[in-house]
Amino acid sequence: MGLTNRPERRVVEYDPRSQEGWVATRLDFLVNWGRANSLWPMPFGTACCAIEFMATAASRFDLARFGMERMSFSPRQADVLICAGRVPFKLAPVIRRIWQQMAQPKWCISMGACASSGGMFDNYAVVQGIDTIIPVDVYVPGCPPRPEGLMYGIMMLQEKVKRERMNDVALRNEMEPDPSSQLYIPPPTIDELSEPFGNSVHQTRSGL
Amino acid sequence: MTGPFEIQYAGSADQGAPVPVTPKQVPHRGGAANLSAAELQARFGAAVRRVEVVWGETTVIVAPEAVLDIIRWLHDDPSQRYDYLSDVTGVEFRDLELPIEVVWHLRSLPYRRFLRVKVQLTKNRPLEVPSVWSIYKSADWLERECYDMFGIRFVGHPDLRRILMWEQYREGFPLRKDFPLRGRFSRAEQLRQALAANPEARYSMEELSIADAFEDLPSDMRQRLRGGERTGE
Repeated sequence: MGLTNRPERRVVEYDPRSQEGWVATRLDFLVNWGRANSLWPMPFGTACCAIEFMATAASRFDLARFGMERMSFSPRQADVLICAGRVPFKLAPVIRRIWQQMAQPKWCISMGACASSGGMFDNYAVVQGIDTIIPVDVYVPGCPPRPEGLMYGIMMLQEKVKRERMNDVALRNEMEPDPSSQLYIPPPTIDELSEPFGNSVHQTRSGL
Repeated sequence: MTGPFEIQYAGSADQGAPVPVTPKQVPHRGGAANLSAAELQARFGAAVRRVEVVWGETTVIVAPEAVLDIIRWLHDDPSQRYDYLSDVTGVEFRDLELPIEVVWHLRSLPYRRFLRVKVQLTKNRPLEVPSVWSIYKSADWLERECYDMFGIRFVGHPDLRRILMWEQYREGFPLRKDFPLRGRFSRAEQLRQALAANPEARYSMEELSIADAFEDLPSDMRQRLRGGERTGE
């Protein structure tokens, strides 16, 4: 009876002369690599920053190099919300709704001084930083930022995406705003974030 | 009128007039006034309080109770034909004793004339002027904006609501001098009130019935509007 030994299954046989290759990696490294290089942006352009954003997407700076050439004008297929420009209070419920319509995983880039802090519009009509409405991952400074600046912000976001771990469930928790006030950070924190700075501390409309 | 509109050619009623050129050496004050100003003074007398010419543009300051008649005459009279309302706006001066002004910018295409009509409103009385919506339909949104920013009521306007600020806005009239630049409420309170608005319920039943578009809406939106859902208040 020709009883033969069963082959040792735990050992992978590898013939160096064959052309087959093997890559061993972490699953979340692979997933993050895919996500970071195909971020579909949801452009939320309200002001002059949107012009720079368009220049970034156009041929000279070519956002397609980052896998971002597909602007997703529906929030349901978007990965990253790029808020380019000032957001007045009248648009606050709109951008909140767009953020809530985006599917996880999702990120947000606040582009320019106005979106990040209200900028020079320290007045009755403009939200003092969109981080009082929605969570923000990357702030791009500038008034408006150059396309290089936005691309640097996008690369920082890619770094952040590549460092995410799958077992960190807190990353993908959808933030629920307080049902009575619709705010997701406490009102004193919002007032503190919106404190006037620089010249605007002493500024009144009429000098009365 | 045969077609949906009638083409107005600039200067068509004023054939003998010289070809318009860019004016040079315009004096700051004084100079030739718009011909309509003298005709207004002859026709309305004391209701035309003052005529000023600044940088070649004529301003007629009139009595508030006569402004509707004056603008109607400027629009209807064949010797004036001010057929285009450029702007309606308000002015409040830093000197709080000065009255608030309401300004109408009128243009006559057939005669190539431009006239600025002003009304001065003292602050101890309610800020009310007649609406010119019955003469110029374009006054609709212009007067709403002026009401939104200054709180001037245009009597006779069909739908005087806020237009730039949202309808639930309760902080006052932003372009008034006693309005603080950052608004009256705290930032958190402003944000709370702004986020309370429903971004999808944008049109009231009244607006939709005006637009005759109600039946074209999706059925779920019709259902919501029948249920009385509104933008706010």
